[in-house]
Amino acid sequence: MARSVSTRRTAVVTLVAWAVALLIFFPILYTIITSFKSEQEAIQGFDLIPSFTLESYRDVQSQYDYFTPFMNSVILSLGSTILALIVAVPAAWSMAFAPSRRTKDILMWMLSTKMMPAVAVLFPIYMLFRDLGLLDSRIGLTIMLMLINLPIVVWMLYTYFREIPGEILEAARMDGASLWGEIVYVLTPMAVPGIASTMLLNIILAWNEAFWTIRLTTTNAAPLTAFIASFSSPQGLFWAKLSAASTLAIAPILIMGWFSQKQLVRGLTFGAVK
Amino acid sequence: MATQQTRTLARFMLAPSVGLLLIWMAVPLALTLWFSFQQYNPLNPIRDGFVGFSNYLLFFNNPAFLWSILNTLLIVASVLVITLVGGILLALLLDQPMWGQGFVRILVISPFFVMPPVAALVWKNMIMHAQYGVLADLMRTVGLEPIDWFGRYPLLSVIIIVAWQWLPFATLILLTALQSLDGEQKEAAEMDGANFLNRFIYLTLPHLARAITVVILIQTIFLLSVYAEILVTTNGGPGYASTNLPFLVAQKATLEFKIGQASAGGIIAVILANIVAFFAMRAVGKNLDR
Repeated sequence: MARSVSTRRTAVVTLVAWAVALLIFFPILYTIITSFKSEQEAIQGFDLIPSFTLESYRDVQSQYDYFTPFMNSVILSLGSTILALIVAVPAAWSMAFAPSRRTKDILMWMLSTKMMPAVAVLFPIYMLFRDLGLLDSRIGLTIMLMLINLPIVVWMLYTYFREIPGEILEAARMDGASLWGEIVYVLTPMAVPGIASTMLLNIILAWNEAFWTIRLTTTNAAPLTAFIASFSSPQGLFWAKLSAASTLAIAPILIMGWFSQKQLVRGLTFGAVK
Repeated sequence: MATQQTRTLARFMLAPSVGLLLIWMAVPLALTLWFSFQQYNPLNPIRDGFVGFSNYLLFFNNPAFLWSILNTLLIVASVLVITLVGGILLALLLDQPMWGQGFVRILVISPFFVMPPVAALVWKNMIMHAQYGVLADLMRTVGLEPIDWFGRYPLLSVIIIVAWQWLPFATLILLTALQSLDGEQKEAAEMDGANFLNRFIYLTLPHLARAITVVILIQTIFLLSVYAEILVTTNGGPGYASTNLPFLVAQKATLEFKIGQASAGGIIAVILANIVAFFAMRAVGKNLDR
């Protein structure tokens, strides 16, 4: 008896949850569907079954050179993430394993830089970039994205490193390991999962960053965010093509995101919710 | 525990991060502050020079300024309310036993990974378009006149789009917190005859308090600087109806070349963010001590 009630309850919950989930997912689903329609179909009213043409995907490449912004996005997000890790790993490491009285203040200060509104420094950064010849360059934007996400990277690594027990270090030292030996053979293997999670989250954040990528680029270094934003002008009102471009732009990150739900919670709440 | 040698090493390891962030924060901010007291126009450099507080006065006397502050706060407040209420309800729903829970979860969190320009353009063209949008089709089917979302309710339209992007974030955080709730406590409350509402108010909500705080703080940081969503949908209009502070400042700098006023606006944005940050840091700092 109780079993059948709970089964019915589960069925109802399942039904409601699926309905709500599909409703929330609908804009993405409809974008994917529309990307397989022809331009004519796309504005012919609501229709969930496309003609499965790949015309829009072809056109996006041939008419707009989709590959360039896509590669820019890949280079920028990967490049900025690797740069940030190179700078942040030692910092997080030292704060987790050799904390001083000021460690907490430094961490809080780093977080506070993340809270500075980007617009407040738009013009100085723009001038700096112009004078250094970095406007619309991949190098400039890579550095920019690295700086924006550096506080989150340091923080996230710090919360992971802090969970590595310090006794292990002492044990290694007792066994005569040098400082270098400690780092390479004892700590690194334990830190790899944390570093990988941090990397994943940072790639997602860098891929989707849509203020600096739009304002500091025109054509050469423009990643997908800027490319898609350029579709907002009236002459860009080609929905099937917009959908194809959008689908390609969100697919890689969507899939990465699905695999990083846990890390996402941890990284974006600075370890406060696990 | 740490020896003198490791301490010195630690300082060396920390220096690049601190140095980079210091330069990236201090130098541009100092420049912005300096420009906010200057008349500076790259197109007309003849009248350049120190002007005291007049940029701030000009900015304050601009009707767009009041609009932008109001819109900024409206976006932050409404999106927070929508995502928190929706997020709690969704988290409670997703916490129940069901078939295909993992897949449902994936569907629900997906919007968070969609880059802002895509989210905004998809909603603008395919969902809310007054003629060809899905909503327009839907309204015609039930015999109603389609709504011109971006013409008549520009700010609401932006809020809907931004809320759609952040609802998954709130849901995910709250769901994670919910799943750490002690099952025995719940059962005990059930045994004692507490109904669902009572359990929610006296058990679940206090347990979620910290997660809710975190959601409010993190979202506020990002919501204060909504930009791309406005740029590609309403472009701030009609008039200033959907212009927020970041958008206004960027507009002043990149279109009108009023660098002084834009800088003054930037400083005001910093002050606004600092007020929020003050509370944010205190809350996050508490978690550090634990």
